Amino acid sequence: MVGAAALVVVPLAPPVQAQQPVTLRVAIVQQIDSLNPFLAAYQASTEVGRLMYDYLTAYDAKDQRPVEGVAKSWEKSADNLTWTFTVPDGKKWSDGQPVTARDVAFTYNLMMTDPDAATANGSFVAGFESVVAPDDRTVVIKTTAPRASMLALDVPIVPEHVWKGVGKIADFKNDTAPVSSGPFVLSEYRANEFIKMKANKDYWRGAPKYDELHFVYYKTVDAAVQALGKGELDLVNRMGPAQFDSLKGKSDITLNKAQGRRFNELVLNSGAATKTGEPIGDGHPALKDVKVRQAVAKAIDLDAIIARVNGGYAERGTGLIPPVFPDYHLTPAKAWPFDPAAANTDLDQAGYPRGSDGTRVGPDGRPLKFRLLGHASRAYDEQAGEYVKSSLAEIGIAVDVQIVADTLLDEYSVAGKFDLVFSGWGTNPDPDFILSLHTCGARPASPSASGTTDTFFCDPTYDELYAKQGAELDQAKRSELVKQMQQRFYDQVPAVVLGYDSALEAHRNDTFASFTIQPDPGGVIMAQNGAWGYYGAVPAAAASGSSGPSGLLIGGIVVVVLLVGGGVWLLAKRRGATAGDRE
Amino acid sequence: MLRHVAGKLGGAVAGVAAVVVLGFFLFRMIPGDPTVTMTRGRQVDEAQIAELRALHGYDRPIVEQFGKYVGGLLRGDMGTSLFYRRTVAELIGERVGPTLLLVGTSTLIAVTLGLWLGIRGAWRRDSLFDRTSTGVALLGWAMPAFWLGMLLSMVTGDLFPSGGMRFSSTPPGFWPQALDVAHHMVLPSLTLIAVVYAQYQLVMRSSLLEEMNADYLTTARAKGLRDDQVRRRHAVPNALLPTVTLVFLHIGLVVTGAITVETVYSWPGLGLLTYEALAGPDLPLLQGTFVVLAGSVIVMNVLADLLYQVLDPRVRAS
Repeated sequence: MVGAAALVVVPLAPPVQAQQPVTLRVAIVQQIDSLNPFLAAYQASTEVGRLMYDYLTAYDAKDQRPVEGVAKSWEKSADNLTWTFTVPDGKKWSDGQPVTARDVAFTYNLMMTDPDAATANGSFVAGFESVVAPDDRTVVIKTTAPRASMLALDVPIVPEHVWKGVGKIADFKNDTAPVSSGPFVLSEYRANEFIKMKANKDYWRGAPKYDELHFVYYKTVDAAVQALGKGELDLVNRMGPAQFDSLKGKSDITLNKAQGRRFNELVLNSGAATKTGEPIGDGHPALKDVKVRQAVAKAIDLDAIIARVNGGYAERGTGLIPPVFPDYHLTPAKAWPFDPAAANTDLDQAGYPRGSDGTRVGPDGRPLKFRLLGHASRAYDEQAGEYVKSSLAEIGIAVDVQIVADTLLDEYSVAGKFDLVFSGWGTNPDPDFILSLHTCGARPASPSASGTTDTFFCDPTYDELYAKQGAELDQAKRSELVKQMQQRFYDQVPAVVLGYDSALEAHRNDTFASFTIQPDPGGVIMAQNGAWGYYGAVPAAAASGSSGPSGLLIGGIVVVVLLVGGGVWLLAKRRGATAGDRE
Repeated sequence: MLRHVAGKLGGAVAGVAAVVVLGFFLFRMIPGDPTVTMTRGRQVDEAQIAELRALHGYDRPIVEQFGKYVGGLLRGDMGTSLFYRRTVAELIGERVGPTLLLVGTSTLIAVTLGLWLGIRGAWRRDSLFDRTSTGVALLGWAMPAFWLGMLLSMVTGDLFPSGGMRFSSTPPGFWPQALDVAHHMVLPSLTLIAVVYAQYQLVMRSSLLEEMNADYLTTARAKGLRDDQVRRRHAVPNALLPTVTLVFLHIGLVVTGAITVETVYSWPGLGLLTYEALAGPDLPLLQGTFVVLAGSVIVMNVLADLLYQVLDPRVRAS
């Protein structure tokens, strides 16, 4: 027993390594679906993917404008259909081979010919006619129609010499020593535990300022916040207001309240229908009347919801694109005032008199009683639901808040079986996708199919503007069109954008002094449109690669003491027993 | 004897078959479209969704889907997870290890502790030891696992890691890794043990109490055996039977893991995989975990039945 204890104790004092690697330890709370860049769709996976592989172009840390990625420069033809990208000399894959234009062409062509390779990012090459690399430095992309989002192709470029031998893309995990070109290379992946990456010392922008980057998996943000406090982690994001506030005033932790890319909205069923206009679902007819929807917009106190439900960590909602993208964010010419009195007058005039119980009644005699669906998984929905309910009660509209399982909510909302429903989206630097969700074409093809829209909005003016902005390559003109679309959406109120959530992050300042944020100022460290936050992290002067949390040794000793103690006790017990038997 | 065993095995096979059927149809009643699950949060158009639905056969009649599923199972193919796009067998395989380690160790300790306390308590019924230990056990039994977990984690401060199975920075050798895993396992095991050991203790205690006044114990004492020997060689073996059933039933559930404890301590186990599958719903993964979990309970039940005959000659005779 004593011998066994000694065996355990010896490794407790590990040989003090002369130089421990300086490591940035980051919490991930979301699932990793795959590390194969053609399959990885979840945010945590694409975040890791961005560290491993450069895209054709990148987004600047300061203002998110397109900057050098794999390609250093680009030009487009006069008809806006042909784009020529130049890949400079000197960029290398992690196995030493040069990064060439042929790798770019190979990646895009693979996605255009192999449906498996189009799984995650197929939409980016959907309008491509051809991609060719006439030489090692030049890529020529021809599109079928002019496309505004050609400098926002979020597709990891992979090495042809490795991937041409892969075989079936869908079965390739890419989790052991993949050849990559980004600022970090994958060194070890343990599913559900951690992802370890090493700095790419040959990275063309320059080597990162530390040695290793570890993503450690936590199942709840609470656990991650606790680990940050204990010094087991250096960086945490996706915090809720309460978690963020709990870290206030701690000297070794720096908080970062950043502009986020997500918004919450209250969708109004303005007339769910299929692509062909066939009505579906059972939405309340009064919501088809734009006057009712506008009255709802005037009756909801956005500031109160932000103050109470978001804990103050959000900005007032207007259009579909958050202020973190100032080129496209809408500041409405005339914002809906929070004015229940005016809303009441509007409804009186529009022919919705109050009934005997105070609830308004429509021209068809149906009382204005709306169902409001919320996600059981989101605390926001339940709390904001109560605000919406009391706000609308002020204007004579009764609301029945129903918090249901997410899957059930999805089923109801794609079938148009709702009056009001909470929804929300994350947005990209390029506005095309979020705008496309509210075009007539995003509605389902048949009553049983599921479309991509959540509002079922179908408006000729909006669609016309959508088509124009997609083909407009002049940035200023496109911004203007995008804002006009949002103004139309704002005026028609198929949904009320309630607020843009702040991204709440925190890092230890005794291990890492600073991070590059995007955009600057006001931006995030994690979940960027790029990898600047991790790439630009600067270790604190005192941080000399701690040999792991201080609790390790103490905890280890406790384990050993328990084992030895238990052993000794059992031994004593046994000896006593035999002595007793011998008597 | 052989007939008995064959009967038990036949029953087990029928049970597994029922589980397969139930698992398939039950989970199809969960609302939500699996293809919407697969594409959630991604930029897809309707044609892509329709294509996916066709690829996975969700547009086919349900009977045809069932036939395909059973055919796959017979070949040992549990299907491919919609979310991870990896085979269900592989996903379950990589999570079953940590769960067996954590829940297995905890169960072993909880059973030992529970039986020991139960025997001691019954033998000295209503003593201070009996009353205290029963009270403490019930207190643990009454506590929600997630709450106790968070409490332990807070109270112990920096002594133990806040979650996971190992630190990413631990050197790769066997001893550092084993020690690190043991270190990470302390709090989750403590939580699990505290919450479950009461059932073993109480069942053991009450079944031993029933034997306490049996004639054969008086005989044993009359033979001049020491009290300790009477307990260990005569009373306990007879009182052990109900406890064995309970232990085996519980071992069957060991694979299920402990969803709450695994969540609180971010333990990379099977319990949480089941929960994730349900939240999707990720139908193939859900069916796979269901079959594995229910299957292990059935197998353990058969084992308990067979072990009964070894332990108790009376069962053999009947």
